[in-house]
Amino acid sequence: MAAGGTMSGISGDAVVSVRDVHKSFGAIDVLGGISMDVGRGDVVCIIGPSGSGKSTLLRCINALVPVDRGEIVVAGMTVTSPTLDKLALRRKVGIVFQQYNLFPHKTALQNIMMAPIHVLKRDRREVEELARQLMRKVRLSGKEACYPGELSGGQQQRVAIARSLAMKPEVMMFDEVTAALDPETVKEVLTTIRELAEDGMTCMLVTHEMGFAREIADRVYFTDHGVIVEHGPPKELFGSPRDPRTREFLEHVL
Amino acid sequence: MSRPFAVLLPFRPGDGLAGIAGYRADRRVAAGLALAAGLILVHAAAHAATAGAKPAILETLWRWTPFLLGGFVWNIVISALAMAVGTALGFLLGIAQISQVRAVRAPSWFATQLLRNAPWLVLLFYCMYLLPFQLHVFGTRIGIPDWLKAAFGFALPVMAYVSEIVRGAIRSIPAGQWESAEALSFTRSQTIWMIIIPQCLKRMLPAWMNLYAIVTMASVLANVVGVSEGLTAAREMLAAEQRVELLLPVYAYVLLWFFAYCYPIARATVFLERRWAVAH
Repeated sequence: MAAGGTMSGISGDAVVSVRDVHKSFGAIDVLGGISMDVGRGDVVCIIGPSGSGKSTLLRCINALVPVDRGEIVVAGMTVTSPTLDKLALRRKVGIVFQQYNLFPHKTALQNIMMAPIHVLKRDRREVEELARQLMRKVRLSGKEACYPGELSGGQQQRVAIARSLAMKPEVMMFDEVTAALDPETVKEVLTTIRELAEDGMTCMLVTHEMGFAREIADRVYFTDHGVIVEHGPPKELFGSPRDPRTREFLEHVL
Repeated sequence: MSRPFAVLLPFRPGDGLAGIAGYRADRRVAAGLALAAGLILVHAAAHAATAGAKPAILETLWRWTPFLLGGFVWNIVISALAMAVGTALGFLLGIAQISQVRAVRAPSWFATQLLRNAPWLVLLFYCMYLLPFQLHVFGTRIGIPDWLKAAFGFALPVMAYVSEIVRGAIRSIPAGQWESAEALSFTRSQTIWMIIIPQCLKRMLPAWMNLYAIVTMASVLANVVGVSEGLTAAREMLAAEQRVELLLPVYAYVLLWFFAYCYPIARATVFLERRWAVAH
């Protein structure tokens, strides 16, 4: 199936388009018909109680988890197509996880360099230069030779962000990237994400940092039990939530 | 830290006493050395009391030492080769056990279980009779000596144990490592060889060294199928000397050699287990 040819009813400039996506694990419905569009350069935050399917949604978007029903199109590639080139898709979509998942047997710099060299087959010297540049970007110059075990959680998470950026993705997804961090290192990771967003990177964040979501997001989606309860600009969603479930959730976390 | 070969450890009635680990280790060295040396000395002393003109037992042992060591070297050669071959094949078998293809996974699992649960001596006999004594390669005849066949015989169970060690180590790597490799577009085989296996090596080394010590000790079984090694040398020496009172000291002396070779390996294993239990 030709990618791009089947842009069924998706607004022209959407980088990520999700249409009525359903997913269940056995008897548990995790996603019950999710739809959303993310335009180029948009910053979208997804909030909601634990187990509401936020992380699963991100995993569906880069095909780590197959969907049961519905359609997802990312940068012109139909993720839900059976002929999807998964590797090609994942080059366009970076994801950073809560547990950083750096490769512990490689230094920070090597962690960043591995995928461009071995997956994209790019020249090693060129990649090393890019990796050093990215280390500067996430404010970790001087830590290139450190192993993940020698870095703090916040530093590891920033290396993980740099590692994802080295693939030059079109979309970056962040799955509760600050949830496992000490409070004092949360800020440095959020700073990195803020700078990325300011550079025009398309970002999708699953987060519990409401203050950050309010500040950075163009749009906020509130999910509960696998459906989007309501969405809108952060000022509206946080300032005057319409749905009682949203109100209740915000009362709990704010 | 798990100990895959816990049966080899001595019975410990008061387990849980503070600081028992160091104490136990020292006691084990002392016990091992005392047993071997004691056996030799007791027999030497008993003999000295009754013997007439024949040379003393310790002197006899000393005189035969180069010959006995010449035999013992074969235990090391056979076990080292068995480990090399068994490790290489076992590695592949272990990785095949986690294959996504059922047609690969199932036979690998079966082969591993079969070889792991077969008596080593049976596998050894099997190899002695299964392998030809010579090969024809491009018109040249290449003989396969018995010790080489024995090494392959031991390589079979080694392969099965290594297969299990590899499979267990791979399973112990957190799922997040697979997930992030997948998200970075690594293929499955790239993920296994570049990301998962390098992290497994540290986890596997203690169990692998333990296996090596066991294979070295088991290599005397080659004697049963007619391969010359340390125990053969001991028997030849006894046959040449024709002295009944030498019987126990000679076997104790051979035991001492094995102990001297294998105990440092066991200690190094414990050391690495402790050191790598904390770091990651």
